[in-house]
Amino acid sequence: MSEGGHHPAPVSPVERRVAALEALLTERGLVPEGFIEEVTRRYESEIGPMNGAKVVARAWADPEYKQRLLADGTAAIAELGFGGAEGDHMVVVENTAAVHNVIVCTLCSCYPWPVLGLPPAWYKDPPYRARMVREPRTLLTEMGCRLPADVEIRVWDSSAEVRYLVLPERPPATGGLTEAELAGLVTRDSMIGVARL
Amino acid sequence: MDRIHDLGGIHGFGPVAHSPAEPAFAYQWEAVSRALLMIVAGAVEVSGGEFRHSIERMEPGHYLTSSYYEHWLTAAATLAVEHGLVTRAELEGRAGGRFPLSGPVLAPRVAEAGPDVGEARFRVGDRVRVREWHPPGHTRCPSYVRGKGGVVVRADGIYSVPDVEAHGAARRHEPTYSVRFDAADLWQDGQRGVFVHSDLWDSYLEGA
Repeated sequence: MSEGGHHPAPVSPVERRVAALEALLTERGLVPEGFIEEVTRRYESEIGPMNGAKVVARAWADPEYKQRLLADGTAAIAELGFGGAEGDHMVVVENTAAVHNVIVCTLCSCYPWPVLGLPPAWYKDPPYRARMVREPRTLLTEMGCRLPADVEIRVWDSSAEVRYLVLPERPPATGGLTEAELAGLVTRDSMIGVARL
Repeated sequence: MDRIHDLGGIHGFGPVAHSPAEPAFAYQWEAVSRALLMIVAGAVEVSGGEFRHSIERMEPGHYLTSSYYEHWLTAAATLAVEHGLVTRAELEGRAGGRFPLSGPVLAPRVAEAGPDVGEARFRVGDRVRVREWHPPGHTRCPSYVRGKGGVVVRADGIYSVPDVEAHGAARRHEPTYSVRFDAADLWQDGQRGVFVHSDLWDSYLEGA
């Protein structure tokens, strides 16, 4: 087994299937040079929750921006330079002391890519999709997001073309922070609605 | 159609395998799968509805036991075979084994899409009821809201109806609405103080 000193990494069945399709499409001239690398780079570096955090921090720092964000999410997010696929029709939902919002996609895995990046694996897996609409109080508690019983929970199932972003409440005692420092407080989970700050 | 992807409200799933942060792609093959789907969809002009339907047609056991990017791979390969880019025999020959593809389309092709709906039929505050129907093809109406009553909270833009675009070249455009359902109206054990919103095309709804 070790003859020749060459030890290729074990290849799983799914990797063999990916390689098979890639080879056949390449032979037909359908895979442009560098395309796969470009797709990888774009999704790894250009989009992510750091973009959404800037949107939230701006809304916390600038009441007029917040008004625009809640009135027309797509346009206000575009002011900060973010938009594109899965972010063309954005609605921002605001958490308050009395209302908690959370987003889900029961049919698939719709998610606001430009501001949050690609969805985490758990968001796409069956337990989250099945349970968040049926028993959100229980599931949020399980995930560490404990809400008083009198807080209204609004679940947003992104079943059509709109994609949602949760605007979390600004944490207390953050009055002296700069917008960049505020952005550093904003987590991905708080913008999905599975955590409060 | 009534298939395994339509997961909202289904019992029996356990804890969410939550992680606070993760890379965009856990493995290189995931990024390649994503790129290959984009290539196939571009080469044969696949609509969003047809793409999603190609995942929904996966064998239910395979769907539930495979990851998101295996869904994308299966969709890319299925669409490539159905549109004549490659054959299943070629895929299995190259892969050196079985290459599971999605099952056949059960719905007839849509030849006549019907007229576009240019104006919103419902306004914010209107009570509506979701049609109770079980189409054999693609739909973006989750089963857990069918037959249920709710209130329109937002009228959005006018969009291509996925149920039409998934099954041919015809297109119909309709307004979509966000409809608010009291969890108590969705399930007899619906949790108190919970409101679930689903975004629905005009033809999914009737006045209540």
